[in-house]
Amino acid sequence: MSNFNSNIPEGELTQKWTKYRSSVALVNPANKRSIEVIVVGSGLAGASAAATLAEMGYKVKCFCFQDSPRRAHSIAAQGGINAAKNYQNDGDSVYRLFYDTIKGGDYRAREANVHRLAEVSANIIDQCVAQGVPLAREYGGLLDNRSFGGTQVQRTFYAAGQTGQQLLLGAYSALERQVGMGKVEMFTRHEMLDVVVIDGKARGIIARNLLTGELERHFGHAVVLGTGGYGNVFFLSTNAMGSNVTAAWKIHKKGAFFGNPCYTQIHPTCIPVSGDHQSKLTLMSESLRNDGRIWVPKKKDDPRKPQDIPEDERDYYLERRYPAFGNLVPRDVASRAAKERCDAGYGVGASKLAVYLDFTANTERYGRIEANKQGNHHPDKETCMRLGREVIKEKYGNLFDMYAQITGENPYETPMRIYPAVHYTMGGIWVDYDLMTTVPGLYCIGEANFSDHGANRLGASALMQGLADGYFVLPYTIGSYLSKEISTKAIPTDHPAFVEAENHVKSTLDRFLNIKGTKSVDHFHKKLGHIMWEKCGMARNAKGLTEAIEEIKALRKEFWSDVRVPGSSDEFNPELEKAGRVADFLELGELMCIDALHREESCGGHFREEFQTEEGEAKRDDANFSYVAAWEYKGESVYELHKEELNYENIKVAQRNYK
Amino acid sequence: MNLTLKVWRQKNSKSTGNLVDYKVSDISPDMSFLEMFDVLNEQLINKGEEPIVFDHDCREGICGMCSMYINGRPHGPKDLVTTCQLHMRSFKDGDTIVVEPWRAKAFPVIKDLAVDRSAFDRVIAAGGFISVNTGNAQDANNLPIAKSKADAAFEAAACIGCGACVAACKNASAMLFVSAKVSQFSLLPQGQPERYKRVQNMVAQMDSEGFGNCTNTGACEAECPKGISLENIARMNRDYLTAKLFSEEEA
Ligand SMILES: Cc1cc2nc3c(=O)[nH]c(=O)nc-3n(C[C@H](O)[C@H](O)[C@H](O)COP(=O)(O)OP(=O)(O)OC[C@H]3O[C@@H](n4cnc5c(N)ncnc54)[C@H](O)[C@@H]3O)c2cc1C
Ligand code: SF4
Ligand code: FES
Repeated sequence: MSNFNSNIPEGELTQKWTKYRSSVALVNPANKRSIEVIVVGSGLAGASAAATLAEMGYKVKCFCFQDSPRRAHSIAAQGGINAAKNYQNDGDSVYRLFYDTIKGGDYRAREANVHRLAEVSANIIDQCVAQGVPLAREYGGLLDNRSFGGTQVQRTFYAAGQTGQQLLLGAYSALERQVGMGKVEMFTRHEMLDVVVIDGKARGIIARNLLTGELERHFGHAVVLGTGGYGNVFFLSTNAMGSNVTAAWKIHKKGAFFGNPCYTQIHPTCIPVSGDHQSKLTLMSESLRNDGRIWVPKKKDDPRKPQDIPEDERDYYLERRYPAFGNLVPRDVASRAAKERCDAGYGVGASKLAVYLDFTANTERYGRIEANKQGNHHPDKETCMRLGREVIKEKYGNLFDMYAQITGENPYETPMRIYPAVHYTMGGIWVDYDLMTTVPGLYCIGEANFSDHGANRLGASALMQGLADGYFVLPYTIGSYLSKEISTKAIPTDHPAFVEAENHVKSTLDRFLNIKGTKSVDHFHKKLGHIMWEKCGMARNAKGLTEAIEEIKALRKEFWSDVRVPGSSDEFNPELEKAGRVADFLELGELMCIDALHREESCGGHFREEFQTEEGEAKRDDANFSYVAAWEYKGESVYELHKEELNYENIKVAQRNYK
Repeated sequence: MNLTLKVWRQKNSKSTGNLVDYKVSDISPDMSFLEMFDVLNEQLINKGEEPIVFDHDCREGICGMCSMYINGRPHGPKDLVTTCQLHMRSFKDGDTIVVEPWRAKAFPVIKDLAVDRSAFDRVIAAGGFISVNTGNAQDANNLPIAKSKADAAFEAAACIGCGACVAACKNASAMLFVSAKVSQFSLLPQGQPERYKRVQNMVAQMDSEGFGNCTNTGACEAECPKGISLENIARMNRDYLTAKLFSEEEA
């Protein structure tokens, strides 16, 4: 029987975590040395967890599929990381961060977890600075902040447009330090292909050495997954090419429930698709919305260049519709508003599927401030723009360069063209307060779990969550389980459960290679992505979702009879790796549609066209859907729904209002 | 555009490799260099041949995984971009493009264009960190750091660990990579306690991995996609010398 209980500690919200920490069972140092923990993933969540567990004295094995832990997808995060430090003295607090996150998530997240996240957020910044992470500073030498969507305070810490890189390199350094001391054994270019469950508990994994193709068995007293999100089910997304659902999907099939799979975040500011050759989409960080204004022409199909369209013929539609938050509304709201304008025929660029993100006004404003600093109190426009560009360059230089590189246009001169793209998955493996899945001894952290973000994640909160889980939450909560495992001896890997899991993996790999069909793995991945984007993307409806389920089933059948995977399984074979990942996406996609179909309301990133207000805003149904949908795998295409009711005791549930 | 590619094919680390000619057609100038390789690989798979293996992940110029030596230059003809951010508009119809893996003793070829850069991880494990366990930190703003120092540390920390510097250097020296990490920490107050021990440990590991000596050719800086400056090497040399000449207390 699975272990489906959120295990939220008793007591008042603000005291739960403090009390938990002081009462959780401990493992003494001598015992820790003989306890082995497997951490799959070396992103912010995995690397921070592996390093911290090793510092505490556990024996750790850490796995990643890239050639170095430093290359995990977290490296690409751009804009920043939130923390309730209130360094700007603008009224921020743990409660406010907690409140913003619950509200931003459209009241679909668990109160106790989110409050804990807000509580530890400040420690993350302290830890990272101590590690030498060069976060941005002001001239006085103190840390700088910027604002992100869905909040009215400045609580986002950053390192230019490379925040994820700097934070990950901090965690990577901590991890490598433990590797150097022999306390973490690192397995790069290894892919976990199954979890081993013995007597109902997670006891190890099967991993494939991607260079030699060899299958390896690894024992652990507990297994932790920090394997990232599954946005690549859409083929085109802002995720790295290798990001995938395989590890999460394998544990799902071994008993871990999958929470809210349909909650997908479509990010409003990405570089638009330019053609069929495209392999991925590139994000333009949300931080740009601090200084950019979003608009479309008031006239349909306006052929003029953006610079030639006068102010009063521009529709700054976010500022018009949401005067209180303006360009800083949450992502789901901003994305839908862009889609609405483009669907109504006001889109720009060759594809008409884009809107402008314009920095002119703020460039000029910054330039004026600079000129004044230099003693020029009546600068002309030219001077303002010249000086302002320098300021913009310092803040966002790498993003502007990337935009110019990809589009061949100069964003300092003309507004950027942007359009929403798949970016993040709020859904993921269901976990309890301890971050344990429904399989005892099996944990899930970071983007891979169903997370603290409810139905919509606020910007700069994923880095916070990943590092909170890895540095400050899991290392404590795992003790509650491991303290009961101190007398468990390492299980030899010739145990029948290991043999069976390995045989299963091997037969799946052989099956791929033996199909010898006519179409490449990418062919199927693109088709799946198309179905998902059209029917389970920014707007969904019952008819489309019902069709999508059938189309995915048919596509899966075709895949298993006609895919062509070259090479063999005993060598470095990226096509074989891709085949395994796409096979899992083909199952996950169906579950996402099932979940989206069953949730007959709109909330956060999940927008059902049938359920909207007259002004086109998402309409929640709290009476019937205020729960986490946790799906249990029962065999191909068969999933059983379990509901975790969400109780709001500290926040008044209301319709989100950003007007 | 129609192009001729000469691509290094090598079955595994034990076999010898050679350049093989391929033709690709209808390449859009908006494609990235790796997307052009996607097109080629799709062609090869459809013909029943083995696709070309190359490393890549983020395709945004930040993970440092992509690593192609294009027409004699790591990451190709454009300055300050990685292979994945190189776009086909940098080439002309009819061009012949030669694509090889990074070449260095410390980076053995694994297959085709993929090489083993794990030596870099071992250099970091030898000292590329500040020894602070989780939970040991003071409030972040208790330690003000001059913006100029913080910015300089950030510039050094921008290294993506791609190894182009090694591939560009005729001695296959890793000085730019190692010095970037050493500099980041020696510029910051948090890095001071371990400053001299760190530089010695990292340099010792670098030497034992088989990277060559630095003869100041500057090729690394010229080819680095992140603009990591030679100043870092000078800074590291100073720290190294100080560490060798003086005892820890005197330094
Ligand atoms: C372009 C972009 C910009 C972003 N910007 C921000 C931002 O500014 N602020 C913010 O808060 N968030 C941002 N995010 C979101 C954030 O970066 C991610 O949610 C977060 O980094 C995920 O971290 P993670 O540790 O959970 O997973 P990841 O970093 O994805 O790491 C996954 C790890 O698991 C490993 N792995 C996966 N599967 C297997 C397997 N089967 N076997 C072995 N290893 C495996 C991988 O090798 C990798 O090491 C951004 C995301 C993107 C795409
Ligand atoms: S110094 Fe430059 S070239 Fe060398 S690894 Fe770092 S980013 Fe790459
Ligand atoms: S693929 Fe990540 S830097 Fe090129």
